[in-house]
Amino acid sequence: MRRLAALALLTLAGLAPPQPVDEALLLAADPAPTLAAYHLFADAGARQPAAGLTPYALNTPLFSDYATKYRFVFMPKGRAAAYTATGVVEFPVGTVLVKTFAYPAASGERFIETRLLIRKGDGWVPNTYVWNAEQSEAVLKRAGARMAVSYQGRAIDYAVPNVNQCKQCHLTGTTVTPIGPKARNLNGDFAYAAGPENQLAHWTRTGLLTGAPAQVPATPVWDDAHASLDGRARAYLDSNCAHCHSRKGFASNSGLYLDLEETVPAALGVGKRPVAAGRGSGGLQFAIAPGEPDASIIVHRMESTEPGVMMPQFGRTVTHAEGVALIRAWIAAMPKQ
Amino acid sequence: MIRLLIVAAVAIVPAGARTIAVAAGAEAQERLQTALIDAQPGDTVKLAAGRYALTEGLSLDVAGVTIAGAGADQTILSFDGQKGEGEGLLVTSRDVTLRDFAVENARGNGIKGKASDGISFVRLRVVWTGGPKATNGAYGVYPVSSTNVLIDRVEVRGASDAGIYVGQSKNIVLRDSHAEGNVAGIEIENSYNADVFGNTATHNTGGILVFDLPGLPQMGGHSVRVFKNKVIANDTPNFAAAGNIVAQVPTGTGIMVMANRDVHVFDNDIDGNGGAGVMLVSYQASFTDATYNPLPREVAVRGNRFGRNGFAPAFPGGKELAGAVGGTLPPVMWDGVTGYTVPGGAAAGGEARLAVNDLPMLDLGLKMQGTPVSAAKPQLVRVAAAVTLPEPAAVVLPAAQLARAAAR
Repeated sequence: MRRLAALALLTLAGLAPPQPVDEALLLAADPAPTLAAYHLFADAGARQPAAGLTPYALNTPLFSDYATKYRFVFMPKGRAAAYTATGVVEFPVGTVLVKTFAYPAASGERFIETRLLIRKGDGWVPNTYVWNAEQSEAVLKRAGARMAVSYQGRAIDYAVPNVNQCKQCHLTGTTVTPIGPKARNLNGDFAYAAGPENQLAHWTRTGLLTGAPAQVPATPVWDDAHASLDGRARAYLDSNCAHCHSRKGFASNSGLYLDLEETVPAALGVGKRPVAAGRGSGGLQFAIAPGEPDASIIVHRMESTEPGVMMPQFGRTVTHAEGVALIRAWIAAMPKQ
Repeated sequence: MIRLLIVAAVAIVPAGARTIAVAAGAEAQERLQTALIDAQPGDTVKLAAGRYALTEGLSLDVAGVTIAGAGADQTILSFDGQKGEGEGLLVTSRDVTLRDFAVENARGNGIKGKASDGISFVRLRVVWTGGPKATNGAYGVYPVSSTNVLIDRVEVRGASDAGIYVGQSKNIVLRDSHAEGNVAGIEIENSYNADVFGNTATHNTGGILVFDLPGLPQMGGHSVRVFKNKVIANDTPNFAAAGNIVAQVPTGTGIMVMANRDVHVFDNDIDGNGGAGVMLVSYQASFTDATYNPLPREVAVRGNRFGRNGFAPAFPGGKELAGAVGGTLPPVMWDGVTGYTVPGGAAAGGEARLAVNDLPMLDLGLKMQGTPVSAAKPQLVRVAAAVTLPEPAAVVLPAAQLARAAAR
């Protein structure tokens, strides 16, 4: 449904004469003060992507306070990403990943921020641009901000991350990397203007991706009732936790590793005692107590909205009820030990 | 190679190091966070005296930066209104010096340094002003996964886990600091080569802990010297959340060594602790990590000055144990565990090689890891074992780090 909404946006007629994406500015040492300067969009409100931007979606995304997220990838003409079996596909220098966070509004839709992750010569650089109330301009915001948002009758104190927070999640070892566009997480259909098509096939056909084999594993879709409970839960944890909770992530010292590739039960939290959770443990003994979601720290921390207790530590301010329900069902289905 | 050397030199002595001045007042959050983002290696972010009302956790990810306040009771970062993040201040870069400021009432941890080699905490105050409370943050000063750590003249009060906590780190000097009213005053966990001296740990649940836990990237804690500390009247009832390892620390513990090798406890003043003055124990819970050793071994306890301790042991069966040996526990208590079963494998363990000269020592005689205290076969050991353990070498931090830490 969200993918269709994205399509609707893309087909809105634009009036301004198209300008090419300013690739030199993207690679400049300092970020531009406004999003418009990069010419990533044809219109001031960034509803129309410029030529060369390809919209994409993830099978299972990070929960971000119920924001709708519009993602685009731009690569310099003639360049392509290289397929990798695990991890994020290898994007070329000059790539930009563009992600706009939006909420429904009386006037249609309100953009909150547009984040850029730019692949420069010496690595990925994150920045975010915050939209004004008029939706006419997005300006660079490096130190973070709070934005009051109303979503389905609930007040959300939306948090725009500061650049250190961007890096904290996007860190693998000591390197900033994208999180979402792993081949397996891109391996699903997208409703392109010309019709639905598998994203990996589309990227390969349009020259954005090389080396993808015929058979690629797919990250399960977390809210697809036809997928297995275990697959959906592991996909959800992978997308919502594993950017920190992996052997090379910010939470490596926790010993709790929730990426899809992890196979050690204790590392996945089963029967694992807390290490540095402090009061985040909620007085519970194990990250995951099989068969007992109410006795599992992971559920307690997903349900919390209290700094120092809640997980993820930032990136959300409200509880993802549907995500919690999934993890609860998954733990409840595990045989008690 | 030549290029690497040049890069290293630049990192140590940056040209044109600047001072970025920040004052308290309106928009302190954004101004201070912006300064921490804009700083370049070698810069000092100077925090004027005043109370900074912060609404989010702060973070620093630039190497070689000093954050300097006007004094631990002059520059106060107040997190009473913190809405997000798991720390008051998070450092993720190397060669950072933090000095002369306070962090109050952080919602999670006070100051955390992750993979922050060469980090120095100097003359800081990290406090939860409401006293010991389960709702206080977990750790006050919290370096983890870091090599070369200096903690010097810091004061931490009220942490609901450990006031000063060094986790999975190497080469640590923790000196002349004050930990009061925390669950654990000072905790060295899964760490190698630590010197802990000149500190005061008082009115915590437990004074100084040297622990090792299973299932972590760095295990096998070893080579720790705990000396010339004052471990006095640790008497605050345990207020940690259950599930955490420190929730199992009995109220009134002086110094506790768990599952470590090559630990020397000497020349400390240990007085007024109702539990054991010094406790040497194995990790008691079950574990699945076949590479983990749950036993304390090669531990020396000598030349400490014991006042009145062991008069109110708070662990199950403690009162009965004390009664059996004349009413109070002796200076040192050892659980007597020398064997364990490797998960999925064979029996392991062996001679504990304890060099305990502060006698008598109460040996609980539990033998196998996981045996409950109720099964103790206690006996008083009145003669030191004929074991000689060489003292670990003094920890030496890089001269450049010490110079940065000494700057005013």
